[in-house]
Amino acid sequence: MDTIEKSKVDEIEDTGVKEPVFMPEDSATIDRENRATVGEVFVDNPRMSCRDVNVHYGENHAIHDVNLDIGCNEVIAMIGPSGCGKSTFLRCLNRMNDTIEGCKVSGSIIMDGEEINSKKIDVVPLRAQVSMVFQKPNPFPKSIYENVAFGPRIHGLANNKVELDEIVVTSLEKAGLWNEVKDRLDKPGTGLSGGQQQRLCIARTIAVGPEVILMDEPCSALDPIATARIEDLIDELRTQFTICIVTHSMQQAARVSQRTAYFHLGDLIEVGDTTKIFTNPKHQLTEDYITGRFG
Amino acid sequence: MSKKSRTIDIVRAGMKKRKAAETRFRLYGLAAIALGLIFLSLLFVSIVANGYTAFAQSYVEIEVYIDPDRIDPEGKREDSVLSRADYGGLVKATLREMFPEVRSRRDKRQLYRLVSTGASYEIREMVLEDPELIGQKISVWVPVDDEIDMLLKGHIDRNSPEADRRVKDKQIAWVDKLISEEKIEKRFNTIFFTAGDSRDPELAGIWGAAAGSFFTLIVTLILSFPIGVAAAVYLEEFAPQNRFTDFIEVNINNLAAVPSIVFGLLGLAVFINFFGMPRSAPIVGGLVLTLMTLPTIIIASRAALKSVPPSIREAALGIGASPMQTMVYHVLPLAMPGMLTGTIIGMAQALGESAPLLMIGMVAFIVDIPQGAFDPSTVLPVQIYLWADSPERAFVERTSAAIMVLLAFLITMNALAVMLRKRFERRW
Ligand SMILES: Nc1ncnc2c1ncn2[C@@H]1O[C@H](COP(=O)(O)OP(=O)(O)OP(=O)(O)O)[C@@H](O)[C@H]1O
Ligand SMILES: [Mg+2]
Repeated sequence: MDTIEKSKVDEIEDTGVKEPVFMPEDSATIDRENRATVGEVFVDNPRMSCRDVNVHYGENHAIHDVNLDIGCNEVIAMIGPSGCGKSTFLRCLNRMNDTIEGCKVSGSIIMDGEEINSKKIDVVPLRAQVSMVFQKPNPFPKSIYENVAFGPRIHGLANNKVELDEIVVTSLEKAGLWNEVKDRLDKPGTGLSGGQQQRLCIARTIAVGPEVILMDEPCSALDPIATARIEDLIDELRTQFTICIVTHSMQQAARVSQRTAYFHLGDLIEVGDTTKIFTNPKHQLTEDYITGRFG
Repeated sequence: MSKKSRTIDIVRAGMKKRKAAETRFRLYGLAAIALGLIFLSLLFVSIVANGYTAFAQSYVEIEVYIDPDRIDPEGKREDSVLSRADYGGLVKATLREMFPEVRSRRDKRQLYRLVSTGASYEIREMVLEDPELIGQKISVWVPVDDEIDMLLKGHIDRNSPEADRRVKDKQIAWVDKLISEEKIEKRFNTIFFTAGDSRDPELAGIWGAAAGSFFTLIVTLILSFPIGVAAAVYLEEFAPQNRFTDFIEVNINNLAAVPSIVFGLLGLAVFINFFGMPRSAPIVGGLVLTLMTLPTIIIASRAALKSVPPSIREAALGIGASPMQTMVYHVLPLAMPGMLTGTIIGMAQALGESAPLLMIGMVAFIVDIPQGAFDPSTVLPVQIYLWADSPERAFVERTSAAIMVLLAFLITMNALAVMLRKRFERRW
C-alpha cells in the first residue's frame, strides 16, 4: 500500500516537471474555424446518447448542438478551457441544471430508451440512477455514517439497520475510506481532511447504487496523494459504473479515461479514444489545448 | 533606492497612523457597549429600586369573634346563608373592640380603613371551609390597607401637614400602638403573585395578567412559527421567481413596518365583529399578535434559509433526494437556529405589545384568573399600563414589580431560545 502511494506521487511530480507531456505524432489537419465535432461520437450499445443538446443561461448560449454517446462501463473525460461548458454539459445528464434559475436545456438525451430531457421524467429516480460528485467536497454536516446512509435511507434501499450498515461499510470500502474512518463513524463528516471528504462524497454517491456517476473536477481541491487514490478508485469503479469526469488535468484524463471529449466555447470539438486524442488529435484546437498553446 | 525598500519605508511610516485608527475604532466600540450597559443598568436599578418593596406586604393580626348572631342567626349552617353573611361587620366589630376609645362616627370610619377589605373575604373563606369556627374566637393575619402599608414602608411622610396625607394622625397613632403590641408584621406578598387585578392595591396581583400573557403567547407561537416557517420555506425554496412572488415579498416587508395598532383594528373588525370571537380573549390576542409577528419570522427564516450553503442542497439533490427531503433532512436543521432567533425576537415583541390588544378589549378590568385561551383576560404590558395610570401610591411600586415580572418572562424566554439553539447547533 505504501509503495503504491509512493510510486503515484513520483509519477505525478515527474509529470509536473516535464510539461507539456503530449507531443502529437503528426500535425492536426482540421482548421481552427471549423466547429463540427470530429472523432468517434457514436459507440455501440451506448449507456446514454445525447443529440443536439443546447443549453441557454438566459441570453447566454452555453452549449451548442452537442452530440455525444456515453458507452457502458467506460470512463469518459471532458476537458477544455475554463468556461467552455463542461460542467454545464455534465449537469444536463442528470438534470441538475433544473435547479438553476433561467437555464434552458433543449435537445434529446436518451437513456434506456427513455428521453430524460423531457418534462415528464421524474428527476428523483433519474438522479438516483445518474448521481453526481461535485468539485468541492460537500459532505453533509452530519456524522460520517449518516452521510453515507442518507441516500439508501431516502430511496428505501435497506429494509433494516443491518442491511443499512452493510451498505455503508461496503460503500466506504469501495471508496477506499473504510480503514481511515471505521473507528469514527459517528464523528462529523466535515471533520475529515479535504481528500477524505471527497472520498466520503464518492462513498455517499456509490451507496445509492447509481449506474452512471458524474464527477465534476473531483480532484481539483486535493493534493497529489489524495488525487492518486481517487484515480485508483475511479479505475476500480469502472467495472461497475459508467463514469463521466470533468477535469482540468490532462494527465488525469489520460490516466483514468478510455474516451475523451474536448469542449471549446460551448462546442464539442473532438471526441475519441483517449490515447488517440492525446497522441493524434485531428482538430487544430484540440492540439493547441493539449500541447499547452491554449487554456 | 530600490523599489522594495521604498514600499516597506512607506508602510512603516504609515503604521503609526494605522494603529491609531485601529485603537480609535476599538474605543468607539467599547464606548458604545459601555453606554448601552449604563443605560440598561440605570433602567434595571430604577425599576428594582421602585418595585422591590412590592414583594412585601404588611399584615395585621386581629382576633375575630365569629358571632353566630351575625353570621347565621337561624343556625342552619346553610352555604347560601353563610356565603352572603356580613363578614365586614365582624371585622369592624373586632376593630372597635381593639380600640374601645374610638367613639365618633368619623373616627370609626378611619379605624375601619386600617385593614384591607380583603380581610372579610378571608374570614368568609375560612368559615365556609370550616363552619365549626362559628361561635369561636379566631386569630387571623390579614393584609393592612394599602395606605397604611405605604406608611409602614416609609412612602408617606409622617411629618408633613395632616391635610396633605391620606393617613391621618389618629390612624398613625393606632398603627404605632399595633406595632408596639407586635400585631403588625411584614410578610412576603403572596397575593401579588397569585391574585388577579383588584381596585385595592393590597389585593391586586399579577397572576391574572401573567396567565393571560402566557395563553396569548402560546396561541401566537403555535400559529406563527409553523405558518412563518412554511411561508419562508415555500417562498425561498419552491416558489417560482415571478411578478407575483415579488409582489408578495414586497408586501411582507411592508407588513413588518405597519404600526401594531393597525393589526389591532384589523383584529377587531375581522375576528371579533365578523367572526364573532369573544372580546378580551387570549385567542383573539394571539391571532392579532400572530399577524404582527409573522413578517418578522418570515423575514428571519428566509435569511436563515438563504445562508445555508447551496452545496448542501446540490449534494442531496445530486444523489436523488426530492426537494422536500433535501429540505427536511438538510436545509431546515441548518436553518433552524436562525429561524428560532427570528421567532424569539417576534415573540419578545409580542410579549411587550399592548397597543393592538387595547383595540380588542384586553384592557378591561378583569379580576378572575383566566383558565384558558377563551376566558377574558389582560396581558402583562396592559396591566402595567393600567396600574401606571392608577392614582394610588401603592400601585406605583406594583407597576415596577410588574415590569420586573415581565422582564423575568423575557429573560426566561430568551434563555429557552439559547438552549434550543445550542441543541440544534450541536447536531450540526
Ligand atoms: N449559473 C449560471 N448562470 C449563468 N451562466 C452560467 C452559469 N453557469 C455557467 N454559466 C455560463 O456558462 C458557460 C459555461 O460554464 P461552465 O460552468 O459549464 O464552464 P466549465 O467548462 O465548467 O468551466 P470551468 O472549467 O471553469 O469549470 C460560461 O460562459 C458560464 O459563464
Ligand atoms: Mg466547471
